[in-house]
Parts: sequence; C-alpha cells; structure tokens
Amino acid sequence: MGEIRFMKGNEALAEAAIRAGLQGYFGYPITPQSEVIEYLAREEPKHNYVLIQAESELAAVNMLYGSAGAGGRVMTTTSSPGFTLMQEGISYIACTELPCVLVNVVRGGPGLGTIQPSQGDYFQAVKGGGHGDYNTPVLGPNSVQEMIDHVYLAFELADKYLTPVVILSDGAIGQMMEKVTLPEPIPYKPNKPWATTGKTADRERNILTSLFIQSEAMEKRNLRLQEKYRKIKENEVRYEEYQIEDAEIIVTAYGLCSRISKKAVELGREAGIKMGLFRPISLWPFPSKQIEEIASGDQVKFFISIEMNAGQMVEDVRLAVCGKKPVHFYGRQGGIVPTPQEVFNSIKEHLK
Amino acid sequence: MKEGYELIYKRPKALVDVRMHYCPGCFHSTIHKLLMEVVEELDIQDKTIGVCPVGCSVFAYDYLDIDMQEAAHGRAAAVATGIKRMLPDRIVFSYQGDGDLAAIGLAETIHACNRGENFTFIFINNGIYGMTGGQMAPTTLEGQETTTSPYGRAPDKDGMPLKMAEIVSQFEMVAYVERVSCDTPANTRKAKRAIRKAFEFQMKGLGTTFIEVASNCPSGWKCTPEESLNWLKEHMFPYYPLGVLKEPSKKKKGNAARRTKTE
Repeated sequence: MGEIRFMKGNEALAEAAIRAGLQGYFGYPITPQSEVIEYLAREEPKHNYVLIQAESELAAVNMLYGSAGAGGRVMTTTSSPGFTLMQEGISYIACTELPCVLVNVVRGGPGLGTIQPSQGDYFQAVKGGGHGDYNTPVLGPNSVQEMIDHVYLAFELADKYLTPVVILSDGAIGQMMEKVTLPEPIPYKPNKPWATTGKTADRERNILTSLFIQSEAMEKRNLRLQEKYRKIKENEVRYEEYQIEDAEIIVTAYGLCSRISKKAVELGREAGIKMGLFRPISLWPFPSKQIEEIASGDQVKFFISIEMNAGQMVEDVRLAVCGKKPVHFYGRQGGIVPTPQEVFNSIKEHLK
Repeated sequence: MKEGYELIYKRPKALVDVRMHYCPGCFHSTIHKLLMEVVEELDIQDKTIGVCPVGCSVFAYDYLDIDMQEAAHGRAAAVATGIKRMLPDRIVFSYQGDGDLAAIGLAETIHACNRGENFTFIFINNGIYGMTGGQMAPTTLEGQETTTSPYGRAPDKDGMPLKMAEIVSQFEMVAYVERVSCDTPANTRKAKRAIRKAFEFQMKGLGTTFIEVASNCPSGWKCTPEESLNWLKEHMFPYYPLGVLKEPSKKKKGNAARRTKTE
C-alpha cells in the first residue's frame, strides 16, 4: 500500500517522476504547469536528479536529447506554446531513438491563447507533431492519480521501445487537487549499452544521430521506426469502457472530457437513454480496433466525440468507425470546459 | 619501423583512418587531428564525449573514435549541457561552426556560457556558411562578398560580424577563452596547446572553456588554400585577433562539486 496524499496534478506528477527514478529534468516556466519545476526545485536537495531551468523550451528539449543520450532517465514538462517549440527536438529524439518523457499540460490556443484547459493539441501530439514520419506513444490521464500512474508507465514505455513518450494532460488536471496513492519508489538501474558514456576499450564508439545522408540508410531507419510503431500498436493500446455493453449511443472522450462525459452518460441512463462511454487512454496508439468492434454492434445508433477543441479526436473515431455508424461531435474551445448537462443536451440533439 | 629510423610523428589512434570529406586546405581536418592528439595525450578517449553540429563538420563522428552525439542545428550547447550534467566526470566538447554557434544557436551558446557549463566549445569561425554553399554568416566580415551578400556585407543592413570570443569572455562563469588559428605550424601548435588547456581546466571543473579557431574556407571564399591563408592574415586576424581573452583566476575554486551530485 502506497502513501495517501491530497495533491495537485502537477505536483503529483513531479513527485511521481522522483519516485520513478528521475535523473534529469529540464524545463521552462509556463502556465499552467510551472508547479512541476517549482516542486522539483524545492525537492532537489533531497534527491539525486539534475534540474535546469533552461533558457527556452527549445534548449530544454535539446538538454533532454543530450541527457537521454547519455543514459539518463529524464523528463521535461511544458504547456502548449512550449510544446510547439519542442517539436524540433521530439523529431530528432524519435529518429535517434532516445528514451525520455515529455508532458504537455495543454492550454487553449492557437497562438498565445489562454491559460485555461484545452485539448487543442491532440493532433500535434498524436500525429507526430514535428517533421518527418514518426509517432510517439501518447497517454491521456483523466485524474491526478493517473498523472502519477502515467509517469511510471511513460518511463517504462520509453525504455522498452527507445522512444520519447508524451503525456497529454490539460490545465484542469494539472491544477486540480485530488486524493492520490503514491507508489513506492522504484530503484532505477539503467541498462543502456547504446548510451554515449565514453568509448571503453571493449566496444566500438557509440554514435547517436538522426542523420542518414544516403537515401537507402534513411529509408532503413524509417522502416525500423515503422516496425517499432507496429509493435507498439499491437501491444500498448489502452482504453476504458463504461456502460458500453447495451449502449445505443457511444460517447467517446479522453482526459478531462471523459470525466464530464461519464457524468453525462449517467444523466442519460437516469433519463432512460442507453448511453455508454468509450475512453481512449493511449491516444497513440489509438484503440481503433476496439471502436471498430463496438461500431459493428447492431444496437449502436451513433457515436459522438466530446472534446475541448474544434473536433480533433473525432477524426480518429471516424477512421475507426469507418462509415459503419454516424459519428457526431460536440466541443467547446478557448479554454471553456463543458458541463455534463451541456454534453447531455448536445447528445439529445441527435435523438430528435 | 625501419632500422635507423625514429618515429617522431604519427596519426593519433583516436583519429579514424579514413579519408575525410573536407575540401583541400580546410582547417577542419587539422583541428580534428589536434583534438584527438590531446585526447590521446591526456589518455581520456574512454571519458570524452563530443557533440557534432550541423555544418561542414556534421560528420565529425565518422573521424573521431569517441562516443558522439549529433545535435540539431544550433543546439549543440544544450545537448552538451545535458550530457555533462548527466555525466559530470566525463570530458565533453561541442564542435560548432559560426552559423551553428553564433546565429541559430546563439541563445543556447550564451546561456550555456552564462551558467558556466563545464564543457569545452570548439568554435570554428571561417566567416561563411560552408556546407550550404557560401552564404553570409554572423561572422562574415564587413564588405565580404558571399552568395547572400553579393555586394558585400553591409552593416546598415546586415549588422556587424559577431566577435564571439570577446562576447563570451564577459561572462563571470566562463573560465577560459582563447582565439587560435592553424595557418602556420607555430599557430597550429598554439591551437593544440589551447585545446589541451581547455580540457585540463574542464577536468578541474573550472567552468566553461571556449576555443575560437579563426578558420578558413577556400571553397566558400572562392580561392586556393594558399590564398585563403593570406586572406586570413589580411582580413580575419585584424578583426578577430588571436590570443588569450580570459584565463581562470587563481582564486577560482571551480564548480565541479556542485555538479557531481549523482555520484
């Protein structure tokens, strides 16, 4: 049994990273996630991790590259505008195949946007985001407890597949406080023979690069990445279902919206409407197969995706449903969080 | 070894025995050799980690038999920071050209120096973008013609060339700054000595060490290797004078302890 505490999402995430064996953190302050670096800065004297407040998110992500390449268990956190700046580095890290964790506590955009919660960075996170053909595993926590659990999981996936892993949270989950159970610290003993730790006499030199100037070599690296992504799609799909079995209306939602939608489903059930919630936890790989199976059910009338954006995940839902059933969308933007009643009303519109 | 002969000069063993891609007369190959001679003399091949830039030396890892990371354009200082902070007992250097270090990566350079990151910058300043075909660099001299300043660099439009060694020597946490060249055997020896000193200061944890090499680019300058040496003397050295700009103060204790928490 772990330790029970009442914690803010961002601080819980920071504490989880320490317990997961964090060795390096590089970040730049940006609302609504600055509590992560503040927490880590306060705790630093008690632990053995390196912490740098970088001069920009661009520098932070490249410090992440260097330290991951040197064999460290390393992390950065940011919010939307900062995540955009980090895309350069994520592309390089993905191609060089370095394990690390990046957290985006999403705020409303585009541009400078707002500091209120949003899911406007879904596309950027799950479709690669930077240049070139790559993906990163993306996890979408919907509670403070999952901010903790997903840090452990993200580090594990990063090491297992040698890839950057993104935790796509939002300003509400980062800022709200909930009761959590903190896991036991895990002793982290890295086995990274590929890391640049100094060429000893017993091995060839280690070179970490994303540069393959010969087309054949570049294609080979791309094929290797795609093979890795195939394995991740096969093994790392995560999702949650609620009242799906007999549901005629399937609500799809991730992160904060999944909690709001769950309440909306309950309102529907109270009103005698058979509604169910399908919640992707891994946003990439997306649980397409599971959604496709649900869409094949005869009783299912339609899907509706609830998001805090102009309709992003709904595109993945549509691809998975593949024309079998209608797929609707309801969303709010600009940092506005919809209420359960509002979501329920939007669903009822399609029943008329 | 033939009888009666004495070996007085050889390729350092940390320099890979392959043909380099550099143009005839370019200093890169010389500086690579000096670096690896220093690595061999200090016996630190197993402890040295280099960071390649984007620029002509992007393939430096093909020639240096040490662990290396390839950085994105301009980000070598941030990458080197990450490596050195993770592995404070290793010797880390970034190897960067003028476009990389002084244009796109200026912020990373300045802040790494201001934090006194305990690694060594090897800064190759030839006043031009070599790899992309001779465009204007932040260090291109006033009036110098390049493919993007075909009528000469105009300060009222392009600003003045950046004196990086002078700029970084202003920072409190920077320990050692020297500008060197490789145009003569004497200057080449001085360059090697400067690299060695920088590595030794780094091993003592004294802070950032910065070696600027006033370098050449026969291809980009559109001249012969020999002409490039004359051009260096006539135009580069007056604006980028050689010599030590900053040395560690005797009182400075170094910050190695601050950085070795992981041990």
